[in-house]
Amino acid sequence: MIRVYVSSVIEASADSVWARIRDFNGLPSWHPMIADSRIENQQPSDRVGCVRHFHTRDGGMIRERLLALSDYDFACTYEIVESPMGVEHYVATLKLTPVTDGDRCFAEWSAEFDCAEGRERELTDLIGGGVFQGGFDALKRHFARR
Amino acid sequence: MLQRVIRSTVIDAPVERVWAVLRDFNSHDQWHDIVAQSRIEAGQASSQVGCVRAFTLKDGHFIREQLLTLDDAQHKFTYCIVEATVPLERYVSTVTLKPVTDGRRTFWHWESTFASPSGRENELRDMVAKGVYEAGFENLRRYLERGADLRAPGSAPMPVALPQPCRRVMLSAYGGPEVLVVGEGEVPPPGPGQLRIRQRAIGVNYFDVYLRRGWMPSLLPLPGTPGMEAAGTVIDVGDGVTGFMSGDRVAYMAPQPGAYASVRNVAADLVLRLPAAVDDEVAAALLLKGVTADYLLRDLGRVQPGARWLVHAAAGGVGLVLCSWAQRMGARVVGTVSSEDKARLARENGCEYVIVTRDYRFAEAVQRHFGDGADVIVDGLGDAARQENFNALAPCGHWISLGQATGALQPIDPDLLASKSATFSRPVAFAYVATRARLAERAQRVWDGLADGSIKRPPIERYSLEAASGAHERLESRRSTGALVLVA
Repeated sequence: MIRVYVSSVIEASADSVWARIRDFNGLPSWHPMIADSRIENQQPSDRVGCVRHFHTRDGGMIRERLLALSDYDFACTYEIVESPMGVEHYVATLKLTPVTDGDRCFAEWSAEFDCAEGRERELTDLIGGGVFQGGFDALKRHFARR
Repeated sequence: MLQRVIRSTVIDAPVERVWAVLRDFNSHDQWHDIVAQSRIEAGQASSQVGCVRAFTLKDGHFIREQLLTLDDAQHKFTYCIVEATVPLERYVSTVTLKPVTDGRRTFWHWESTFASPSGRENELRDMVAKGVYEAGFENLRRYLERGADLRAPGSAPMPVALPQPCRRVMLSAYGGPEVLVVGEGEVPPPGPGQLRIRQRAIGVNYFDVYLRRGWMPSLLPLPGTPGMEAAGTVIDVGDGVTGFMSGDRVAYMAPQPGAYASVRNVAADLVLRLPAAVDDEVAAALLLKGVTADYLLRDLGRVQPGARWLVHAAAGGVGLVLCSWAQRMGARVVGTVSSEDKARLARENGCEYVIVTRDYRFAEAVQRHFGDGADVIVDGLGDAARQENFNALAPCGHWISLGQATGALQPIDPDLLASKSATFSRPVAFAYVATRARLAERAQRVWDGLADGSIKRPPIERYSLEAASGAHERLESRRSTGALVLVA
């Protein structure tokens, strides 16, 4: 099992960051790597079990199922159902925690998965450095501009 | 009814360093101001789960707390009060540290539940939240800043640092680029207030050329080493320095030359820690140049939307930052450059119009483009362009003489300025970063500008320390674009 963990501090309250990222169908509106997204079978995007079907900007198609959503913990957990990345048993969690001494929050994004031998480093860099850190960087830029 | 208190903060140190202090269940009388004295009962180790710390607070209260969980894998410990003169009942508290992976910082979460006598809930909640947790955050922050965890009281002094060998450019005569010759030397341990820095990237500025030519012998007496800025890693910390530890990535700009070297001692007051997103070469390429653009735009030139700026050497190190920033702030920017390639780069960096000229003829084109001239001229050209610059100036314009690549500017007649009601300035960057806070503020704006795209990462031409003469030749030939950096 490979584990990737990325964390950051975003200069905005957990409430406002959560409002931007809570929508399981909303990746294209905040993550620079994602081109489009829809939820399969016309389900609402906050129904646990729904599947989002989206494309990355380089054309890859990914399907992910929502496994857990908590407005109380500002957290969301999902698994990959189908993707071109070559990962298996991929489960990821995105979670915010308020930082009480200022208008900011601590953001964590982690994933566990299996992959073919020899691809660990490449996938860790892509997922941790590209997807997770890329998303945090976009959030930081967004909230720095306000 | 149980009360719950949660407080959290971010500490500017790696999680391992914060955890090394906090995992010692008996360390709080060293870092937390509220605690007078503490000891672990029955001679147990402070890492023994189940051990009890007995301590007094400075206000006289006495408390015994037991360690219930200690988790080095998750950087977490839980403890409870077993006896106290403060009426906190069923008090159980957990400290959790987590790494902030994109900046080597630490998220610190401290939470507890407890009961208290009715009528005193608010008082006791405040005591825990503010008096213990929030004050603890501040106290530990200061404890780490002054490096108290690196040299615990009563422990053996740090081993004495030895002189470090270094390579440095040593000038034994003033003259052309060929006088830049590398020699071997030694850098002593840092003195009080100093940091010894292993330099990875050194910024090359046109000012270094003036020093090399011998225009400022009092600033660079012979034999001497030129260079005003560099970036690298702290290797030793001198006495009395707070806020730095070895291994920190840093950059500095210093009013005293000496940066063309692989190792150097620098006053800690001039040194800034670098954000993770800014690598050494970008820092060396941008610190002095970015700070220069910052004071030119915000302080000296007071850029306004619609203001008309003329920037010479618009594809150079300062020029690129200045043009793109000025344009972002609403100014209209005209640049001059010496080639078509540079014109393209200048246009990509905010110039609305670029004049290609190798003989310093531009006043007429500027007048035509702007109507009646430029409100602000940033002049690195010097004497050969003196008349052209004056002609390019709009009424009430501001002529800022930043450099004199073509030769020392002859004295300006006040009556000449009066004929256009003009202002003439001759700024020195270091006057605009006289305090550490000013320097940090300006540098932060430069890094923020890089992050939000208002400044682009400049093209960087790299030279080894041994090739410093090549770097100067290139800079003086007017063929370089962007910033030049020596890699040590």
